[in-house]
Amino acid sequence: MSRAWLVVLVVGAASIAFKAAGPVVLGGRALPGLVTRVVALLAPTLLAALVVVSTFATGRELVLDARIAGVGAAAVAVALRAPILVVVAVAAVTAALVRTF
Amino acid sequence: MGEELARGARAGARAVAPVALAVAAFGLTFGVLARNAGFGAVATVVFSATTFAGSAQFAAASVLSAGGTLVAAIVAAILLNTRYLPIGLSVAPTLRGPSWRRALKAQLVVDESWAIGHLGGGRFDPGRIMGAGIVLWCTWVGSTTIGVVAGDLLGDPRRLGLDAAFPALFLALLAGQVEGRRGLLAAACGAVIALALVSFVPVGVPIVAAAAACLLGLRR
Repeated sequence: MSRAWLVVLVVGAASIAFKAAGPVVLGGRALPGLVTRVVALLAPTLLAALVVVSTFATGRELVLDARIAGVGAAAVAVALRAPILVVVAVAAVTAALVRTF
Repeated sequence: MGEELARGARAGARAVAPVALAVAAFGLTFGVLARNAGFGAVATVVFSATTFAGSAQFAAASVLSAGGTLVAAIVAAILLNTRYLPIGLSVAPTLRGPSWRRALKAQLVVDESWAIGHLGGGRFDPGRIMGAGIVLWCTWVGSTTIGVVAGDLLGDPRRLGLDAAFPALFLALLAGQVEGRRGLLAAACGAVIALALVSFVPVGVPIVAAAAACLLGLRR
């Protein structure tokens, strides 16, 4: 089986289980506040890590290239509250232009 | 379906329409990027139909396309989806019926339908959640499929600047997720941990290791 299919099956099964766990297994019981506070920080933490790694890393090397210009332009678009498609397009076009010239 | 549930579902479907437009753009992008990350066409669509969570799907595709290990891709995506535990708990009292039906309904509870079904004060309208969730699921799977087809027609992702699309997407998602000083601090720590590790551990591991920053939540 390909790596992609393994990711799809394992992550898919885990996501279905996470979503169903609350309503089916735990009923109406609440998670301890401590757990909730830690879980709440997972999304911002991992997304920030994904931003910097996909901007600066190529394999195991830190590389400064056209992606930085693209992400910089995207940051401006995000600050201006642009829709997500605009943010992505701005980043891609900027990086492509920097590479061309 | 009861009359009241049906009315709620129609209201939820209407309320989610503008959000669905943004989700469609997101799904389109996922289809294109996943194909370029080495996902087959069918695998990409099945991923959207089952996982039904953009950030986790993008994380897995990003780690794999960067040459990361299978385990790192899976763990990063699963960690991003752990937020569905507390989200599922919050709606648990509103979802009725036998457990298989509750499990099925729970699949429609995603960030956006959860927000639209929230009536305030921790109370939820099950009809609105279901109506919004069904529209979102169809939009997400449909736009992924279109993106898969479009991705096959496009050429070299680097020439098109698509390698800058991943960080741009994560940045847009991050902007919507950071709340308060603690969130900002956790995000900054996560970024620093990941960058510091890039040269020393296998690809993908820095993302997973960055999760340690969320232990900041242990402090009151």
